[in-house]
Amino acid sequence: MRVRKLLAGSLAGVLLAAVTACGGGESGGSDGTTLVVKTFGQFGYDELYKQYESSHPGIKIKEENIAKLGDYSPKLQQWLAAGSGAGDVVAIEEGVLVQFMGQPDKFVNLLDHGAGELKGNFLDWKWQQALTRDGSKLVGLGTDVGAQGMCYRTDLFEKAGLPTDRDEVGKLWPTWDAYLATGQKFVAANKDAGFFDSAGNIYTNILMQQGDHTYYDTDNKLVIDSNPGVKTAWDQATQMIAAGLSADIAAYSPQWNAGFKNGKFATIPCPSWMLATIEKQAGPENAGKWDVAKVPGTGAVRGGSFLAVPTQSKHQAEAAELAKFLTSPEGQTAAFTSKNNFPSSPQAIDDTAVQSATNKYFNDAPVGKIFGDSVKALKPVYLGPNNLAIGDRVTAALTAVEQDKLSADAAWAKALEDAKRAG
Amino acid sequence: MVAPLRTSAPGNQDPVPVRAQHRLRLWDRWDRRVSPYLFIAPFFVLYAIFGLYPLGFTAWVSLHEWGIAGQAGFVGADNYVRLFGDPDFWNAVVNTVGMFIMSTVPQLLIALILASLLNQKLRGVTLFRLGVLAPIVTSVAAVGIMFSQIFDRDAGLANGLLGLVGVSPIDWRADRLPSWFAISTMVDWRWTGYNALIYLAAMQAVPAVLYEAAVVDGASKVRQFFSITVPMIRPTLIFTVIVSTIGGLQLFTEPLIFGSGDYAILGGSLRQFQTVSMYMFENAFRNFDYGYGSAVALMIFLMIVVVAAVNYLISRRMR
Repeated sequence: MRVRKLLAGSLAGVLLAAVTACGGGESGGSDGTTLVVKTFGQFGYDELYKQYESSHPGIKIKEENIAKLGDYSPKLQQWLAAGSGAGDVVAIEEGVLVQFMGQPDKFVNLLDHGAGELKGNFLDWKWQQALTRDGSKLVGLGTDVGAQGMCYRTDLFEKAGLPTDRDEVGKLWPTWDAYLATGQKFVAANKDAGFFDSAGNIYTNILMQQGDHTYYDTDNKLVIDSNPGVKTAWDQATQMIAAGLSADIAAYSPQWNAGFKNGKFATIPCPSWMLATIEKQAGPENAGKWDVAKVPGTGAVRGGSFLAVPTQSKHQAEAAELAKFLTSPEGQTAAFTSKNNFPSSPQAIDDTAVQSATNKYFNDAPVGKIFGDSVKALKPVYLGPNNLAIGDRVTAALTAVEQDKLSADAAWAKALEDAKRAG
Repeated sequence: MVAPLRTSAPGNQDPVPVRAQHRLRLWDRWDRRVSPYLFIAPFFVLYAIFGLYPLGFTAWVSLHEWGIAGQAGFVGADNYVRLFGDPDFWNAVVNTVGMFIMSTVPQLLIALILASLLNQKLRGVTLFRLGVLAPIVTSVAAVGIMFSQIFDRDAGLANGLLGLVGVSPIDWRADRLPSWFAISTMVDWRWTGYNALIYLAAMQAVPAVLYEAAVVDGASKVRQFFSITVPMIRPTLIFTVIVSTIGGLQLFTEPLIFGSGDYAILGGSLRQFQTVSMYMFENAFRNFDYGYGSAVALMIFLMIVVVAAVNYLISRRMR
């Protein structure tokens, strides 16, 4: 009996210990405040943290990073729903921010922390994206934008008798029609490689250049079948598929990763942060074979993020100060030099550190200038609530055309029907 | 409590110790009745926390409109009504059941044959027995990547072999049956050995006298297999069928890695190989429609219960 009681007692003890262990934690350092920053991917803030800690004694910064955006977003949602775990500053990707804008009460209004005077530090559309419709509440401050270029293989271009100099290459495609014509020349001369990886990427780029909205109008009404811009992008993409330009290799698949190395496709629209991916996948033996030129059409953007302060933070004022510091022109310039995250601040874009930046791997391409020009030509595009899900469906329909499973018309009809169900 | 009672008991015939003794007996009876439950309690407590509670909460979420910013109102059975009219859901059900049959039937048959071979007196039998286990210790991700290379459209081993016999290359990810075949191969490669070992363990428990008697009666090896081995390991067969059912209907990682790329969760351009688990994940964690995702999750649960019950009834009949 004694043994049993002892067992029961220790069992209860273990349970109790477990419960208290769960409740503990959360406490700051004994001398000062620890701010937890939640990020995904690479924000390139390490140097900035050190700088901030030394200029703000008593503040310690801890970054908790989740590599993939796809893993990060559901976690972020859980932290916000549970009311704990989100830390003090959170990174939010553009497509996810749209969904939070409907219920901004999970985040501190940064206008209450003096962010209003920083408006001039951001491209206007970037500022507007995180501002509620009535202009009373600012959910986040912009970090980077997915400035766009067109990466291409010089050796494949040379083999096809096309120019290889990046200025001349840029002149080959003032428009997407000209890009198509160039592609036809390329595939006529080169049977082993596609002109681009897959049509989804091209389609998204064309779409983002077609005016101020895509699948939804600014009243969140689904307009995919009445917005002529969507059909234009679709038609241009399917024409390119019909012309045999696509290598039909899904983005981020192992075949795609290998394709950078073994030259399975000659061009790919590349946001500034993708340069690092290309360098890693193509490897040192291909240094100088990839180069970057301007993107066809005028401006295009994909992705880009914000920093926000969740209301569950116990140090809201300090966290807001840190977010302001990290998104300042100087902070954005530092993030660019560290990890190629292209700034959303006009001052940072014009900063000589950004303007004069070149990329050695890409034949010393003046990436700061190329991407800077693309960003300034940008017009803001409104995305709308279920934009991600609809984008998935339209892109999948395009893939079906690439695989020869559906005609372009049948795929368009399917995309519309799927989009209506998702939207 | 015990010690003081014992010191006061000797030499004293007061009614107090009688009452105490009575109390002791009560405690003893209570102890005998309740203690066993206390001992098995940890499992059930943990099961309630990590099994039942999530199940109940999923059911609760499925009755709501529940987006990335949290709960947005009670909608009753709306998610289920939408689910029953959703062609993508039914497509996923067809895919899941199709791949389940395509992988499980050959898997268990091969495992059975493999086990009976391993049950013979062979040289180096331990090596072979360990060998069939090797695929299980490989991670699913590694298996998935390896097979997605084998079934690659442009440079895959499978298309290379088909080319040798003059068959034109197959786009494994573009068509329904080829994609099912590729994924089923992956599943079978991983799980056949596991099932074979379970069968082998069951076969070794079959009394040798039965086989000796059969040999005396002049029964062939094949006859022995069908008349002795299979009936004797029937409970094990039922067990593997049920476990395979649960695994097969939750199929997720293999098709996801096979699809690979940015839109892998859709399971092909026309959802050729999207399973129900993938559809659940797509809704909950890609479109952030937690309410609808939970409804799909609950349907998976119901599907498993129904199919497992049917399996059980069928295998029971097979006497």
